[in-house]
Amino acid sequence: MKRREFLTIPASALGGTLLYTLAREPFRLQAQEGTVKVPLRFFTAGEARVIATACERIFPSDANGPGAKEAGVVIYIDRQLAGPYGADKYRYTKGPFVDSYPEHGYQGKENPRETYHQGIAKLGNNFDELPVAEQIQKLQSMEKTHFFQLLRAHTIEGMFSDPMHGGNAGLIGWQLVGFPGPRMSYKEDIDQHFGAEFRPKPASLEQIMRRPGKPWEDEKA
Amino acid sequence: MTNLKPVDVAIIGGGWTGLAMAKELVSRTSVSVLALERGAPRTLADYAMDMDELDYAIRLRMMQNIAEETITHRHSARDSAVPVRQYGSFHPGTGVGGAGEHWTGMCFRFMPDIFTLRTHLTEKHGAAHLPADLAVQDWGVTYDQLEPHYWYAEQMMGVSGKAGNLGGKLIDGGNIFESPRSQEYPTPPLKHSYASFLFKEATRKLGYHPYPTPAANLSENFTNPDGVTRPGCVYCGHCSRFGCMIGAKSQPTNTLLPVLRKHKSFQLRTGSWVRRIVHENGRATGVQFTDANGDEFFQPAETVVLASFTLNNVRLLYLSKIGTPYDPAAGKGTLGRNLTHQVQGGARIFFDKPLNAFMGAGCVGQRISDYDGGNGLTGEDGLLRLGMLSANSNGELPIASFGALPPGTSKANWGAEWKAASLQWRDRVAQLSLAGEHMSYRQNYMDLDPSYTDKFGDPLLRFTLNWTDHEYKQQEFAYDLSAKIAPAMGAKVDPTRPSRARYNVIQYQSTHIQGGAMMGATPETSVVNPYLQHWDVPNLWVLGASSFPQNASGNPTLTALAVTYWAADAVINKYLKHPRRLA
Ligand SMILES: Cc1cc2nc3c(=O)[nH]c(=O)nc-3n(C[C@H](O)[C@H](O)[C@H](O)COP(=O)(O)OP(=O)(O)OC[C@H]3O[C@@H](n4cnc5c(N)ncnc54)[C@H](O)[C@@H]3O)c2cc1C
Ligand code: SF4
Repeated sequence: MKRREFLTIPASALGGTLLYTLAREPFRLQAQEGTVKVPLRFFTAGEARVIATACERIFPSDANGPGAKEAGVVIYIDRQLAGPYGADKYRYTKGPFVDSYPEHGYQGKENPRETYHQGIAKLGNNFDELPVAEQIQKLQSMEKTHFFQLLRAHTIEGMFSDPMHGGNAGLIGWQLVGFPGPRMSYKEDIDQHFGAEFRPKPASLEQIMRRPGKPWEDEKA
Repeated sequence: MTNLKPVDVAIIGGGWTGLAMAKELVSRTSVSVLALERGAPRTLADYAMDMDELDYAIRLRMMQNIAEETITHRHSARDSAVPVRQYGSFHPGTGVGGAGEHWTGMCFRFMPDIFTLRTHLTEKHGAAHLPADLAVQDWGVTYDQLEPHYWYAEQMMGVSGKAGNLGGKLIDGGNIFESPRSQEYPTPPLKHSYASFLFKEATRKLGYHPYPTPAANLSENFTNPDGVTRPGCVYCGHCSRFGCMIGAKSQPTNTLLPVLRKHKSFQLRTGSWVRRIVHENGRATGVQFTDANGDEFFQPAETVVLASFTLNNVRLLYLSKIGTPYDPAAGKGTLGRNLTHQVQGGARIFFDKPLNAFMGAGCVGQRISDYDGGNGLTGEDGLLRLGMLSANSNGELPIASFGALPPGTSKANWGAEWKAASLQWRDRVAQLSLAGEHMSYRQNYMDLDPSYTDKFGDPLLRFTLNWTDHEYKQQEFAYDLSAKIAPAMGAKVDPTRPSRARYNVIQYQSTHIQGGAMMGATPETSVVNPYLQHWDVPNLWVLGASSFPQNASGNPTLTALAVTYWAADAVINKYLKHPRRLA
């Protein structure tokens, strides 16, 4: 069996508890101390650092608010790849595999796990140690690849999916864009607030329903 | 292969049309009915925890598993087809309720001229002015014949809306271009969103006739004629691609199944994948299916009803060798002919104010039909039919909507500049949407793929489908119309004009796939007769939009249900009393 790998990150880098402001500037209510060790399901710790860094270049944390690092996007991706999606359980994978028009979408044989391994090999094991400008350059040179397109899509997913999937830590992504999350009713609000921001405080599915959800990635791959 | 105890009627598919037929049969006759559904059972409780964009709207957890069966596609008979490996331009359903569980719920009646389109276009423009490859046909049934069945379907679901034509009397605020209705809608229209309100005000000012989208999202508590009570919609915004957690969206499991459950003569068998319709000397003897364990069964039946959505209706007819395959080169044969989709278009529009677009329901929206069908078109520029233009608020979710930007706002689609622009434009982008009529053409059809197979090794269905000049003209017209409406809404239109692109199997368009087993007046031109009875196998009935010779602008389900009820009357009042070919 594969040795259990952990990703060690300073807790203050992860979402924590955040408040949303109307100016879309989230701020941290309580910074956490120390480090957290997140058990990895698919990546090695080294691979996770490479992917975390690439995600951070795609969705950087900057003056405009937090990014992939704070949201824990790499944890989200790790779980997706470990689950049935990563193994292509829900994609048609019978051959023959032939190239076709772009209108026919990705026709390749590699599943997301294999695509990531190829992508990480191209980025290099020391990608996270390169100067930021070099990291950006490297990603630019890979923009057209299937790997990059997956990575970009997964980064957005990890920013804005329900936290039960491993990303959007502390609902940081939803606070950033002013999305309230799942909510039982907008009956009294839908035809109000015309032209003005209406930003109820975000809550996760588990917080709304008072029981944990069953994310698809936890199903046997 | 295990032989099972015979039933009177075996229904293939437990979605909208299959369960609608089942309900008529068991509540109005004494026949035994077995519905075979290849997916899993579903209940309201399943939907309480589905408000999760990732699993349901992105990974498409409710859809049929494409790894097991997909379609292949090519743009023309000269190309070779490749499989659609991931969804996709449409999203077929699985499980009890079929795609009727995760649908949006827009409920349109088709305009009368759709049912006699060949006759209508020939009279209006002259045969010589129609495209040479046009394959549109009359249905063999008229709007007036279907009107009571439309009304029956609307009551079953409690469709909300505002009539614009009650028995010929035009009513302001409703769709004055609609087909005459005998009754007002069962429930009043849904509430406005900001976007739908702006669209309504703007189009009125411009002299058009906006009206609320007729909706199978209930606007208030409603009890249907079968005694099924459901609550009004709460605009949760997790609607299309999700099941409704409170049952406000009409789904087969919350409208038909509660009634069916009360009848001992009805059985539903899930996990049952029908592989063949077995037939002998022009009569179906039953169906062959494989269950979830891989065991094979033969289910004998007096009558077989095929209701497995357009794709499997056509595929099962091919696999079972029933009917004459269409040969596009010779222009002969009928099975697989007249494949249509729906024409999408319009334009993105940009606001400088927030829309609060996360609130909504599948059908919240306003639309205009001033150019629906052939309204307002001369045909001189080759544009014969258009469709409806609308602003919809079906609940904008953060993954799919992030990064919607006016062109030129950011060089890359990732990185700091992109992030800043995306945050700036967040919740300020809307879509004006064309739902365009898709006419049928000789070169667009379905048959079996010669190389790709499903999980059992059976050939996949193959689409040969591309857009023609007419659809590009529709999109260009709709773009220009959107560009006129956007400023009146206080928005800027995306300057990117429609690109005359080939048919794209990856980009979601709509799960409105029609044709292939079309209905019509003669066996030479259609697969089923005007009662949906197979011409060659009279104890086989084929339900659903596979029977549409062409698509109207409107979404197909209400019409598929109306035609199902029309066929149910024929089965119950004529056929079962004296089984025979009814036409
Ligand atoms: C996201 C989405 C939004 C939509 N929005 C609208 C809308 O707003 N308005 C509208 O009019 N329509 C809409 N539709 C389309 C609508 O859902 C379909 O038109 C409708 O469900 C078709 O009914 P049906 O009975 O033909 O097929 P379905 O309801 O799909 O039922 C077919 C059933 O047959 C089963 N089946 C298939 N093959 C087999 C087999 N071999 N053996 C056993 N069982 C089988 C399937 O599992 C399925 O349960 C939408 C669809 C989707 C996916
Ligand atoms: S928007 Fe309304 S109809 Fe749709 S799922 Fe939510 S409550 Fe149900």
